[in-house]
Amino acid sequence: MNIFKDAGHLFRFAGLFVLAFIVFLVVRGYVVPKSFGQYGHYRGDAMSDIAAHPVKFAGHQACETCHTDKADEKSKGKHAHVNCEACHGALAKHADDPAAVTPTKPDTATLCARCHTATAAKPKEFPQVNPSDHSNGVPCETCHQPHNPAIADAGGAK
Amino acid sequence: MNLSRRHFLVLAPAAAIAWKAVSAGTPEQSPNYKTADHWWGMLIDIPKCIGCGNCVRACATENDIPDGYFRTWVERYHVEDEDMTNPQVISPDGGKEGFPVAAEDAGKYFFVPKMCNHCADSPCTQVCPVGATFVSPDGVVLVDPKYCLGCAYCVQACPYGCRYIHPEKKTADKCTLCYHRITKGLTTACCENCPTGARQLVDLKNPKDPIHEFLRTHPVQVLKPQMATGAKAYYNGLDGSVR
Amino acid sequence: MNGVEGFMYPNEIGLQWSVLIVLYPFITGLVAGAFILASLERVFHVEAVKPTYRLALLTALSFLIVAPLPLQLHLGHPERSPEMYFTPHSTSAMAMFGYVYLWYLMAVLVFEIWLDYRKDIVLLARSSKGLLRLKYKVMSLGSDNINPRALHIDEKVGWVVTLIGIPSAFLLHGYVGFIFGSIKANPWWSSPLMPVVFIFSAMVSGIAGVMLIYMATTKLRGQKIEMRCVDTIAMYLFYIFIIDFSLEMLDLIHRIYEADESFRSLDFLVHTQLYIPHIVIQIMLGTITPLVLLFITQVIKLPEQLRKRIYVVSGCLALMGIFAMRWNVVIGGQLFSKSFLGYTTYKMALVTREGSLVALALAILPLFILWALIKVLPPWMAEPASHQPAGD
Repeated sequence: MNIFKDAGHLFRFAGLFVLAFIVFLVVRGYVVPKSFGQYGHYRGDAMSDIAAHPVKFAGHQACETCHTDKADEKSKGKHAHVNCEACHGALAKHADDPAAVTPTKPDTATLCARCHTATAAKPKEFPQVNPSDHSNGVPCETCHQPHNPAIADAGGAK
Repeated sequence: MNLSRRHFLVLAPAAAIAWKAVSAGTPEQSPNYKTADHWWGMLIDIPKCIGCGNCVRACATENDIPDGYFRTWVERYHVEDEDMTNPQVISPDGGKEGFPVAAEDAGKYFFVPKMCNHCADSPCTQVCPVGATFVSPDGVVLVDPKYCLGCAYCVQACPYGCRYIHPEKKTADKCTLCYHRITKGLTTACCENCPTGARQLVDLKNPKDPIHEFLRTHPVQVLKPQMATGAKAYYNGLDGSVR
Repeated sequence: MNGVEGFMYPNEIGLQWSVLIVLYPFITGLVAGAFILASLERVFHVEAVKPTYRLALLTALSFLIVAPLPLQLHLGHPERSPEMYFTPHSTSAMAMFGYVYLWYLMAVLVFEIWLDYRKDIVLLARSSKGLLRLKYKVMSLGSDNINPRALHIDEKVGWVVTLIGIPSAFLLHGYVGFIFGSIKANPWWSSPLMPVVFIFSAMVSGIAGVMLIYMATTKLRGQKIEMRCVDTIAMYLFYIFIIDFSLEMLDLIHRIYEADESFRSLDFLVHTQLYIPHIVIQIMLGTITPLVLLFITQVIKLPEQLRKRIYVVSGCLALMGIFAMRWNVVIGGQLFSKSFLGYTTYKMALVTREGSLVALALAILPLFILWALIKVLPPWMAEPASHQPAGD
């Protein structure tokens, strides 16, 4: 009994600890987001937050719903697997409301060179040219129709 | 080429449904997306990469990446005949504007697109002190920008240099594998814009995904396999000098 | 963007961890080391170091209070730091910081200091008036039981706390080493020796720090430095320094001999950018010089005045060397690319949030806290030598 009396101050100190711990638990209950731990040690809602980021590239499927003519044309040539926005840029806004945003026509001089400029680092079988030697400054689309670039297939272009 | 065509056929119906949701102004997860049905990864086909930088630009546009930071980037390797351990590597502005013309020197040149490997045993999520970065149930390594402290421990822990501290948000930032797109049936911005099909989004839980056939028939490697991170960015034709 | 040599991954060019993260292990190291010195007297009954017992505890406390500040300042979102307490991630070495820190601060240091000072606090409460009296009353938690039995209980409990405190001090600093040592992506850090090296270097810095503070405060009070005390401290400093140096050399030799894929890259750094901080400051000036000096005091009987000077010089050099070691770990580990193909540089800003002025302020702040603590809880009150009211 005396021991308890003489250790009384220790219990006061311990009491402070318990009090702090209770405060901690209460605060924790309020502060930790509700969805935390739903799937793992993270905020479950984070996934839907991240998934809510706006889409900028509509995806070729969206383009092809309307532009069937271009899609057909493209599907016959070497560029069949080059998706629309790879050249035309991000156009989700246009897909949302075609009237709101009118896509600008890409400039073939820079666009074509980006992929087809010859360099030792490109795969050997990939068609590549030295743009200045190849066309002497004549725009690419004079000979190559971008949606189906092979000259033979382009009909009257030759 | 065949791979990509078949791949799009797999994605197409889902994408059509999803686009309706997107264009209707409801960019929430499309209703039929279930995390348990997917296990995402990426196939990077090095012999197809032409170093055009389309993926880097598309990623920056899609995800509003500030200049000088990269969720994906392209490196150009130059390996001289005998010097496997000492490749000359460049990545000017992450390859965003393409590369200078390579001189026909001795040795080989090739491009290596890099991005988050979405590791199954990711060292970055392991070290996060608060649970602000995690591997989602569908296998994507994500950062919760509302919970991240910005301590940069994850940046230190990533062996591939795929993370950075976002200069405005002051939180860790990295490739989300376009989580906002893949949950709606679209492919990632980098895959959508790759003109040669050097990048393919793959769903390892989808038995119809051509990746299974591809992995069976090609010599495929991951980056830094000695790190044992369970990386899910599979590289076809990866040279031993790449690190 | 400048200062890059060779190839870095594009996100690696800027350093993530600045001089503040250098300061953090330096400060926690002083805490752990100071506490271990204090425990020498309490647990191992090394009578000679008794004059430094309370001073070491107060030093540990004042540095421990400052320890989380550099971390806090470097966070992108300091306001979110309580998340470390609310949702600590069990696989993260860093997540445990909050808990280890609180445990060490409250359960070990504050409790032990409180127990040790309780008698003094009660006596001060009885003898003082007004606000001061209230302050001491609060500090005694309203209990003024200082009968011999109560003090005997305090003594026993204090002993147990110190006993728990030693592994806690190891835990506190070993875990800091583990934060770095467990990063497999970084070969400069990744080493199982890292926590051990951190613990021993912590002891070196803590012991050197307390020795210097003891000598300085004694001088300032116009008292005589007890040679028996500083001689003993210097002896411990010497022995622990040898262990620390051996471990660091073991790590170095192991790296050189194994020469794994990262070796060429790291070797290049040590011979260029890290040459001054690593070879010159850390190893030559910060380790070998004080070791030689201390060795001389151990084998040759030198006059008192010269010994004191040697202790001061070796203590300062040791602190500098340990700081350089933290620098080389934290900054050095970020200077090379994880592709091992290139290097970047670190330029310390002056007045930014993570600049050198802030770092300097944080390094000095503990000394002010210590000064305030000494005002409130004079460590030399209980010494028989200064029972008469000594000038504070």
